[in-house]
Amino acid sequence: MNTTGAALALNLGAKAQPAEEAQASQSQDPAQAKIQAEGLEFFYGATQALRTINLSIPQGKVTAFIGPSGCGKSTLLRIFNRMYSLYPGQRATGKVLLDGRDILDPDTDLNWLRARVGMVFQKPTPFPMSIYENIAFGVQLYERLGHSQMAERVEQALRQAALWDEVKDKLKSSGLGLSGGQQQRLCIARAIAVRPEVILLDEPTSALDPIATLKIEELVAELKREFTIVIVTHNMQQAARVSDITAFMHLGEMVETGATADIFTNPREKRTEDYITGRFG
Amino acid sequence: MERHFDEELKQLKERLLTMASHCEKMIHLSVKALEKRDLEPANEVFALEREVNQLHLEMDDRAMKLFALQSPVAGDLRAIMAAMKINAELERIGDQAVNVSQNTFQLLKQPQLKPLIDIPMMAEITESMLRDALDAFVRHDTELARQVCLRDDKVDALKDQIFRELLTYMITDSSTIKRCIDLILISRNFERIGDHATNIAEDVIFMVKGQDIRHQGGDGAPELEGRSWH
Amino acid sequence: MSALVADARAQGLLSQRLRRNRLVLTSSVLITAFALFWLAWILLATLTRGFAALNPSLFFRNTPAPGDAGGLLNAFAGSLVMVGLGTLMGTPVGILAGIFLGEFGKGSKVATAVRFFNDILLSTPSIIVGLFIYALVVVPMGGFSGLAGSFTLAILLLPIVLRTTDEMLRLVPSQTREAALALGAPYWMVILKVTLRAASSGIVTGVLLAIARISGETAPLLFTALNNQFWSLNLGKPMANLPVVVFQFAMSPYQGWQQLAWAGALIAMLAVLLTGILTRIIFAPRKP
Repeated sequence: MNTTGAALALNLGAKAQPAEEAQASQSQDPAQAKIQAEGLEFFYGATQALRTINLSIPQGKVTAFIGPSGCGKSTLLRIFNRMYSLYPGQRATGKVLLDGRDILDPDTDLNWLRARVGMVFQKPTPFPMSIYENIAFGVQLYERLGHSQMAERVEQALRQAALWDEVKDKLKSSGLGLSGGQQQRLCIARAIAVRPEVILLDEPTSALDPIATLKIEELVAELKREFTIVIVTHNMQQAARVSDITAFMHLGEMVETGATADIFTNPREKRTEDYITGRFG
Repeated sequence: MERHFDEELKQLKERLLTMASHCEKMIHLSVKALEKRDLEPANEVFALEREVNQLHLEMDDRAMKLFALQSPVAGDLRAIMAAMKINAELERIGDQAVNVSQNTFQLLKQPQLKPLIDIPMMAEITESMLRDALDAFVRHDTELARQVCLRDDKVDALKDQIFRELLTYMITDSSTIKRCIDLILISRNFERIGDHATNIAEDVIFMVKGQDIRHQGGDGAPELEGRSWH
Repeated sequence: MSALVADARAQGLLSQRLRRNRLVLTSSVLITAFALFWLAWILLATLTRGFAALNPSLFFRNTPAPGDAGGLLNAFAGSLVMVGLGTLMGTPVGILAGIFLGEFGKGSKVATAVRFFNDILLSTPSIIVGLFIYALVVVPMGGFSGLAGSFTLAILLLPIVLRTTDEMLRLVPSQTREAALALGAPYWMVILKVTLRAASSGIVTGVLLAIARISGETAPLLFTALNNQFWSLNLGKPMANLPVVVFQFAMSPYQGWQQLAWAGALIAMLAVLLTGILTRIIFAPRKP
C-alpha cells in the first residue's frame, strides 16, 4: 500500500513528468547519489529513533527533510557528519555511503568526513573571536596558507555567503557583534570556507526574522550550484520554495520522497497529504 | 484536525453546486420553451443567467483569496483549481443555454417544422451529464466522472444525426432553411453543453487523482492510475 | 449580578490588592535598609578609624614593637607572596579539573562524585583546612612557614576556581562546540580554542573572586604561617600576613597597634573593593 522504505522515484532536473518516464525512474541511479543510506537505523540508548531508512541524496541539488517535531529529521541529518559520535549511548546501524564509502564504519576518519560534509545549526554559533578568525579557524585545520592567501579565502567565503559588503570594514571586530541574520551567514561562510562537498543545514532560519530568512533562502539557491545541500526545516513553505527534492518523515520512518513539485501538488501517501495540508503536526 | 480552511472550502463547493443547479435548470427550461413553443421558460432562462454570471464572479474572487491567504497545497490546491475551472465551464453552459433560448425566440416566429425528438434527447443527456459530473465532484467519484466522458460520444452522434436529417429538409424545401438553421444551431449549443460537462468531469478526475486526462483522444475512455488511498 | 455590584466588588478587590502590595513593598524596603545599615556601619567605622591611621609609613616600615611607630610592609609583602603562591598552585589544578568536569563529565558517576566532594571542600570551615596543613606540613617541618600558609590558601582557592570553571564551561552552548567539531576540529582544539575562549571571562572572574576571598582568611594562617615581626620572605619560616597582624594588633592593649590594625583592615577592604570593580569593568558583558 505505501512506499515506506522503497527506493524513490526521482526524475532529476525535470519538473514536468510524462507518464512513461515516471515508470522508468523508479530506481535511483546510484552513481548520481552523493549520499546513500541503506537500512539505516538509529538509537538513543534503548529507544529507536529511526527505522530502516533507505534514501538517496542526489548531488548538486537541494534536498529538504520535512515532518512533524520528533519525526527524526534532525537526527537523520546529524548522521551524515557523524555528529552523534560525540555522545555516548547514541548509535547508528546500517550503512551510509558518501561517494560510495561507508561513513558509519568505526575506522572512518571523522576529520576527513567533516572536511567534506559541513554543517550549519539552528542557532547561529559564531565563535568568540573576530569575524576574520571565525572563518580562518576552519581553514587552518586543513591548510597552511600565507597571510594574503588566507585573507583571500576569507573574502571569498564571505562573498559567497553574501556577507562581504556588510562586514568588510570590520573583519577584526567580534563575530558576536553581528545581527542574528548576519551571524548565521557568518556560520555559513565559515562552513563554506573549508570547501566541503555537502552542506547540512539544520533549521537554519528558524531563529531569524523574515527578511534574514529570505536572504538565506536566496543564498541556498545560489549555493546549490557548487554544493550538495540537505536542509531540515519545519516550515513547509520554505521547503517548497527552496528544495528540489523533498523527503517527508514521520515517527522515525521515511514516508515519501520525490520531486518537490510533485510532493506539493500530488503526494502519493495519505500521511504526506495530511501533513502538508496541515491536518496534523 | 478540523481547519477553518475546511469551512471555506465547503462554502466554495456549495456556491459551485448552487451555480450548477441553476445551469441544470436553464438547460431544462430552454428545451421546455422549445417543446412547448412557449417563451415564458425562455425568459426565466435569461433571468437565471444573471444569477449565474454573478456567481461566476463571486467564485473566482473566493478562489483567488483562498490561494493568496491560505497557500493551499496538494489535495486542497487541486480542489480549488478544479473549482475555478468548473466555474468557467458552468458559466459557458449558462451562455449556451441562453443561446438556445435566443435561437428558440427566432424559431418560434415561424410554424413548427417537425416534432422534436433528437433535440430533447440531447438536452436530457447533457442535463444528466452535468448532474452526474457535479455528483462526482461532491462524492469524489472518478468512476462516475469517467462515465460522463463516455456519454459525450452519444451527444456528438445525435448532433450529426440532426444535421443530416435537417440537411435533407433544406435540400427538398428551401422555405425551411431558416428554421433548419435555427435548429442546427440549437443542436450545436447542446453539443457544446455536453463538451463542457465532459470538461467538468475531467476536472473532477484531476482533482481527485491528480491526473490530467485532457487531450487523450482515442476511445475517450481514460486510463486512471490507481492511487493508494483514493 | 448587576454591573454596579460587580464594579464595586472589583473595586474592593483592587484596593485590597493595592494595600497588600504596599505592605510587602514597605516591609522589603525596611528589611533591606536594616541589612544595609549594618554594612554601612561597618564600612563607615572602618573608613573613619582606618583613615585616621593612614600614612605613607604603612608601606615603608615593618610592624613595630609595642609602643614604637611603624608600618605594615612585611604584612603586605607576606600576604602578597602567600596569596600569589597559593593562586599559582591552586588555579591550574582548579581550571584543569574544571575542564574535566565541564567537558567530559556530563553524566558520569566520577564527575558527579568529584562535584560533590568539591562542594564539600568549598564549604569546609577554613580552620579545618589550616589544621590539616598543620598536621601535614608544619609538624614534619618542625615549625610554621610561609609555604604551609601558601598550601592552605591554595586548597581554599581550588574548589572555587573548579566550580566556576565547571559552570562557565557548561554555560557554553553545546551548539558552539558542535559547530567547531562540525568543521573537523579535534576535540582538544575545540576545548582550547573555542570553549575556553568563550568561557574565559567567566573563569577569570571566578579566579579573581577566589583571590579576594582567600586574601582575607585568618584562622587557617594561624596554624600554618603564623606571623613574623620582621621582614622575611623566607618561605621556610613563619611569614607575616595582613589578617593575622590585624587580629593580633586589634586584640592588643596598645594604642599604636590598634591604630595599625584599623589601617590594615581598611587596606584589606579597599583591596577587595578594587578587585570587584576591576572585575566588573574588564569583564562587563559586551553590548552588541
